[in-house]
Amino acid sequence: MSDHEDMGRSIALPLKGEGAIQKAKLEFEKIALQSHRRYQVCAGTGCVSNSSLQVMEALKASTDSHVNITGCHGFCAQGPLVRVEPKGFLFTGVRPEAVPDMVRRLEQGKEPSDELIYHDAGTGKAFPIEHEIPFYRHQRRATLHNCGIVDPEDIRTYITQGGYSALDRMLFKMSPEEVIAVVSQSHLRGRGGAGFSTGMKWKLTREQPGNRKFIICNGDEGDPGAFMDRSIMEGDPHAVLEGMLIAGYAVGASEGYVYVRHEYPLAVKRLKRAVREANEWGLLGDSILGSAFRFQIQVREGAGAFVSGEETALIRSIQGERAVPFIRPPYPSEKGLWGFPTCINNVETLATIPLIINRGAEWYAGIGTQQSGGTKVFALTGAIQNTGLVEVPLGTSLLHVVENIGGGARPGRQIKAVQIGGPSGGCLPASMLDTPVDYENLGATGAIMGSGGLVVADDTTCMVDLARYFLVFTQGESCGKCIPCRIGTRKMLDILTRITEGKGRPDDVERLERVSRHVRAASLCGLGLTAPNPVLTTLMYFRDEYDAHVQNHCCPAGACEALR
Amino acid sequence: MVAPTKITGKRPRKTIYLGDPLLEPPSPELADLLEPFRGSSDCLVSVLQALQQKYGYLPERTLHYTARELGVPLARLYGVATFYNQFLFTPPGRVQLQVCCGTPCHVAGAPALVDELKSQLQISENETTVDGMFTLQTVFCVGCCSLAPVMIINQEVNGRMSPARIPAILEKYKTLHGEVSQ
Repeated sequence: MSDHEDMGRSIALPLKGEGAIQKAKLEFEKIALQSHRRYQVCAGTGCVSNSSLQVMEALKASTDSHVNITGCHGFCAQGPLVRVEPKGFLFTGVRPEAVPDMVRRLEQGKEPSDELIYHDAGTGKAFPIEHEIPFYRHQRRATLHNCGIVDPEDIRTYITQGGYSALDRMLFKMSPEEVIAVVSQSHLRGRGGAGFSTGMKWKLTREQPGNRKFIICNGDEGDPGAFMDRSIMEGDPHAVLEGMLIAGYAVGASEGYVYVRHEYPLAVKRLKRAVREANEWGLLGDSILGSAFRFQIQVREGAGAFVSGEETALIRSIQGERAVPFIRPPYPSEKGLWGFPTCINNVETLATIPLIINRGAEWYAGIGTQQSGGTKVFALTGAIQNTGLVEVPLGTSLLHVVENIGGGARPGRQIKAVQIGGPSGGCLPASMLDTPVDYENLGATGAIMGSGGLVVADDTTCMVDLARYFLVFTQGESCGKCIPCRIGTRKMLDILTRITEGKGRPDDVERLERVSRHVRAASLCGLGLTAPNPVLTTLMYFRDEYDAHVQNHCCPAGACEALR
Repeated sequence: MVAPTKITGKRPRKTIYLGDPLLEPPSPELADLLEPFRGSSDCLVSVLQALQQKYGYLPERTLHYTARELGVPLARLYGVATFYNQFLFTPPGRVQLQVCCGTPCHVAGAPALVDELKSQLQISENETTVDGMFTLQTVFCVGCCSLAPVMIINQEVNGRMSPARIPAILEKYKTLHGEVSQ
């Protein structure tokens, strides 16, 4: 153990000069190899709530091998998770009491005991090795490649995995224009939902006159049912910082903000720690790695308002005001934070950047479709066997995600719909699950890519009630600035409530559709513009359920209490 | 000045005259807390967060002081404070129960949890029990969707909840935080 605690003591801080990261990496690798067996305990919010930290204490007490915490492994439903390298065993549902026996068996070279390994819910087959589990085997991990491997509270493990090498190379070998060219060629598009080309956004911000510019990392992941950004900030915070540094260098900014929801206390804590570490190591501050580039990052906590995820509202919130959006143009890239050009990128987008710089634009563009490069992380939840964090190439079909990774419906149930994109997205019926997941194809169905929440609904979920649920959310979170959103969402909610309570009027469905179209056409910001999507898509694909509620006063799914 | 009552509560509100905030200087601890925020224009959300962290909610008097010491109109400070869900204007109970109502939790039965808590505690959402023990709130998604439905009790995530588990949990926290006679 002591070797690891001392790891890197011989390295002089702050790091300086070209290749300093590479040297540190080699040093750490040497030390890491000294411990043959390594236990990696998941310490994401999900596993911590299942007492994974006690599991870690138990491990430290029962073995001399290296034990460290990691971010989210993604398979939260099976937690607490412990991975054992180098063999790649994955232990699921580990209780602290079970640890001594687990360690003894491993050290005696025996097979792991049956109750600690994953069994496929459908076939009952046992999978002791992590990457053979169907949930992992069918994924393609790029952005998440460090999540579940590096210790988010230790910068050295990030460097060991190749972290900050993109920064090192960029500072000494690439011009800002070259960086922007690489990002443009990778076809990376904003992962926050709108899908604007990241390279283009950087270019626009760079072209603005003036010396003072800002980078904002949007970690206000307000969509209910989405936790990709939380997992990245908790599991690989340095990747987010490195992405921001690269963005800052490319657009000519020297100040950055990470804006995180206060509902994610662990992410805030780990990001703040990461910023402190990066400052000590000379990776943030006045002369980064001894070069002329300087960059500072501040972590700001949100205060609980869904609309502050909208970029112009987010700017207001950082300025300490009510998070009320303003009309674009001017876009933040022209006039953003305190009137200075500002580049706002999503957490997932920024965490992907170091990978693109390291492995090249062609590699990344080659993974996805022609217009949408790379992979996308989804939070797969709801009525399926395996829930968790999944990453697949863009263009993968929803069916693949739901059936192969998610393991299909729960026993005796049938999948009815997939809700994609949260309150801004839509519901697709089971018959449309072969839709490829990319910006264009999803847009054509009436849903949107959104930030990446995928909630599977089975035959017990009432689609009218689900639409009503989303309206309760958007209506409550509407900031009240523009009338179509403030009053329109209220009217829509009134109608939906009436319908689910069995008091629907004959023309209610039509009226609902009309109001929805008005709200979508006339709202000021993304919240109002997309709020009708859950209603319009359910109207499009599940109109019979609406009619059943209104005309026959019955709820086909049996979910609406008043109609039972 | 009537404080916006986000948590209406059933607790009788004590009105103790503590002096005119505009005549007396703030307490030293409040002055210390406000010191780092002086002179910066971008701090209202952060200063409110600091106040809430210290006092557990935003006491009316501290808001008066803050507005005066930072030189911002009280209306602007209240405007910001009432906009965000995080801020409370009445003291929360010793045990804060937050039921997650994100989509996966909703589908997995969060409404039933809320109903059960309401009937057990005899309060509505955003209210505190008379003995000052429990505050019931709903939140939208804490990002633990794989463990749905989720309830957060004093910052701690409790996954896979069911209405049947609630009585035992309430009992546990009652013993932990001491039953206080009214």
